[in-house]
Amino acid sequence: MGQIHLEKVRKAFGDVVIIPELDLQIEDGEFVVFVGPSGCGKSTLLRLIAGLEDVTGGKIVIDGADATTLPPAKRGLAMVFQSYALYPHMSVRKNIAFPLKMAGMDKAEIDRRVDYAAKTLNLDNYIDRRPGQLSGGQRQRVAIGRAIVREPKAFLFDEPLSNLDAALRVGMRLEISELHQRLKTTMIYVTHDQVEAMTMADKIVVLRAGNIEQVGSPLELYSQPRNTFVAGFIGSPRMNLLGGKEAAGYAAATMGIRPEHIRLSTTEGKWKGTVKVSEHLGSDTFLHVESPVHDEPLTVRADGEFPVHAGDVVYLTPQEDKIHRFDDKGLAIRGNGRVAG
Amino acid sequence: MATLHTKSAARAMMAPAVIVLLIWMIVPLAMTLYFSTLNYTLYNPISTPFIGFENYSYFLTDPTFLAALANTLILVLGVLAITVIGGILIALLLDQEFYGVNIVRLLVIAPFFVMPTVAALVWKNMMMNPVYGVIGQLLQAVGLAPIDWMTEVPLLSIVIIVAWQWLPFATLILLTALQSLSADQKEAAEMDGAGALSIFWYITLPHMSRAITVVILIQTIFLLSIYAEILVTTQGGPGSQSTNITYLVAQQATSYGDIGAASAGGIVAVVLANIVAIFLVRLIGKNLDA
Amino acid sequence: MARNVTTGRKIGTTILAWFVGLVIFFPILWTFLTSFKTELQAISIPPVFVGFDWTLENYRTIQTQSNYFHFMANSIYLSLGSTALGLIFAIPAAWAMAFSPTKRTKDVLLWMLSTKMLPAVGVLIPIYLLFVRFGLLDSRLGLIVVLFLINLPIIVWMLYTYFKEIPGEILEAARMDGASLGKEITQVLAPMAVPGIASTILLNVILSWNEAFWTLNLTTSNAAPLTAFIASFSSPQGNFYAKLSAASMLAIAPILIVGWFSQKQLVRGLTFGAVK
Repeated sequence: MGQIHLEKVRKAFGDVVIIPELDLQIEDGEFVVFVGPSGCGKSTLLRLIAGLEDVTGGKIVIDGADATTLPPAKRGLAMVFQSYALYPHMSVRKNIAFPLKMAGMDKAEIDRRVDYAAKTLNLDNYIDRRPGQLSGGQRQRVAIGRAIVREPKAFLFDEPLSNLDAALRVGMRLEISELHQRLKTTMIYVTHDQVEAMTMADKIVVLRAGNIEQVGSPLELYSQPRNTFVAGFIGSPRMNLLGGKEAAGYAAATMGIRPEHIRLSTTEGKWKGTVKVSEHLGSDTFLHVESPVHDEPLTVRADGEFPVHAGDVVYLTPQEDKIHRFDDKGLAIRGNGRVAG
Repeated sequence: MATLHTKSAARAMMAPAVIVLLIWMIVPLAMTLYFSTLNYTLYNPISTPFIGFENYSYFLTDPTFLAALANTLILVLGVLAITVIGGILIALLLDQEFYGVNIVRLLVIAPFFVMPTVAALVWKNMMMNPVYGVIGQLLQAVGLAPIDWMTEVPLLSIVIIVAWQWLPFATLILLTALQSLSADQKEAAEMDGAGALSIFWYITLPHMSRAITVVILIQTIFLLSIYAEILVTTQGGPGSQSTNITYLVAQQATSYGDIGAASAGGIVAVVLANIVAIFLVRLIGKNLDA
Repeated sequence: MARNVTTGRKIGTTILAWFVGLVIFFPILWTFLTSFKTELQAISIPPVFVGFDWTLENYRTIQTQSNYFHFMANSIYLSLGSTALGLIFAIPAAWAMAFSPTKRTKDVLLWMLSTKMLPAVGVLIPIYLLFVRFGLLDSRLGLIVVLFLINLPIIVWMLYTYFKEIPGEILEAARMDGASLGKEITQVLAPMAVPGIASTILLNVILSWNEAFWTLNLTTSNAAPLTAFIASFSSPQGNFYAKLSAASMLAIAPILIVGWFSQKQLVRGLTFGAVK
């Protein structure tokens, strides 16, 4: 079990409101990612669920029982911290065993669980070392090991990959996803990196200034962003958001089109522009095109071999069925936006 | 950044230390303040009539007080001058590369660990004794007349002894500050064409300025209450030539049994120390935010 | 050190530095040497440096005549007792300040510091009278309490600066792992802060060992530590240089060694973390 419901949860430090009233349902076995720019309250929200901070108002219900005032250890949750927070004076074995020892488990059972965790996480060879002698990736695994031995109702991850280098990050991302497949335990994962969110989550919660902007599956957020913030935040490179006349043509205050949904031509198209920078990544080429329709360069994805260089003139045509429309409050306008013109 | 649980636990954990210090500060100070308004001597402790500010006017107008105040200032300023200037020079020297750095460091800081009574007696007898003292014999060896330090220049003698004790402290702290100066800065200055003296004046000294301030303030706190060094050497004499405020107050109580006057003197000492303390607390408080 | 210093310059610096070091150290060195001389050699003119008959006689006399070990034991009791008491009060306080700071934490820290600046002489009289009243004069217990109180701010401050360097996330991890407050402090915080706690103990032992205002004013013989023992040599006895030297060496040797080991941490403790 691992059902977590937040009901009207509020958090303020003095007069500073970090999280205005917020409701959220996390179902058993879900992989939920909280994503948002720094300072959006995602870590605070996680710490509220963990019990490391008190809520200012509202209720936290875990598996049907009110956990709002329970101390962290009584909530049955395990947490992996950004800095891993390993105990530097204990060996890997003792680190992993610590929560079991605190729970007063008997020695044989502790050993059994620790050995099992060490094997699953490939830590056997380091089991007697201290954290200081391990690499970043190994420390990360120890932190995860310390979390899984408790067989918690849910795992909480606070930006666990941000201290790893890029190559390791991709590997650990996969490992955590695999772990979720295997354990099928609820996981709540906080990150500022939308790529991590898109690749790992069953459900993404996009936060801004303590407010939930949208909740949905990665594909929902990608194809039906609820507002301009989510539209701009999810997807890489960012969606092009145009206002003014072009948007008015679609009966919207803002129109959005993703770089991968623009057809590119050297001879004809809807918008004429000049290539400012072209980034060749091999598989793809991203072009930054200056065009009179928008005051910022438009980003366009072309395939890897598209032969253009800075200074070339190109023509861009947005795919009509992939256009997103937003009203003057930034909210998505649903339905077919086709308007003559 | 914590829960109510931890916050209330934190308050409970802090309470004992705060409470004992609060009692330690308030109770005796209030008693001193109270005694300072009484005509209270150990010879007649039964009758202690209230006399207002009489103890203060007695203590403050006593010529010995003015002498003691002057001596206190000379003692503090003299020791500060020697230790800060000497400390900077020795710190600069120890920051160089040479053989046996670690041993020399140990030699230089050793006096700080010598208890005040030992330091004072060793200097009084074995260094400064006009006949058998090493300094006297050294002077005679070069054909000069030996000095009877404790009677001819009592205050200077105490300044020397105390400066010897505090020089290691100043050196150690200034050296620590010096070593935290990044080589980049010095190299950048060198690239800009600064000579050794300019580097010292424009880079090194400003970098050490906070450490120097800390040394001055902390030493002042301790130097204002020099006691043992005077007690075992000159006992404030000859006359009151080497009496400082602390010694004078203690003497009022222990030798003359005048609790009232001694209490008034104690309050005067507290006021003087507070003037220094305000600056020190501000400086360290600023550092807390950084 | 990117560049090599020329050998000539290095030798010059070496000579100068050793000269300065030896001049500063000389009084201690001379005391050390004198402690092994006979009284006659100790005052010989011109002074003898090392070419004398080394004797342990002075050390023997010191113990038999003046009961040195009694004072030594008192010094140990007072410094260890006040330090232990200090840690018991300071560790929880420093934990609270470092890991659950509030708006007032800084004020409390500075206020504690300011109590350290209260000149002892300002409170001597009432403390003396209270000691007389409660029969604490010349008692170890009374002095332990006073030394504990005068050094408590330094202990709290030192521990606070060391604790501040321990990441709060580790303590939060312990809390998530089910550690109670007591276990969080004893099994996670304290083992991680061992170096800091050790240097705090060392500095506090040094300060208590050398404290020479309260120990001189509140003791006569029973609870008198080495500071008072040495002070008794200021009488004509002080003319016996060799014995004075032996007594002095006995009084300072233990703390000199402790001090040499803790010199690095000393800076931080004595400047309340303002210079690291």
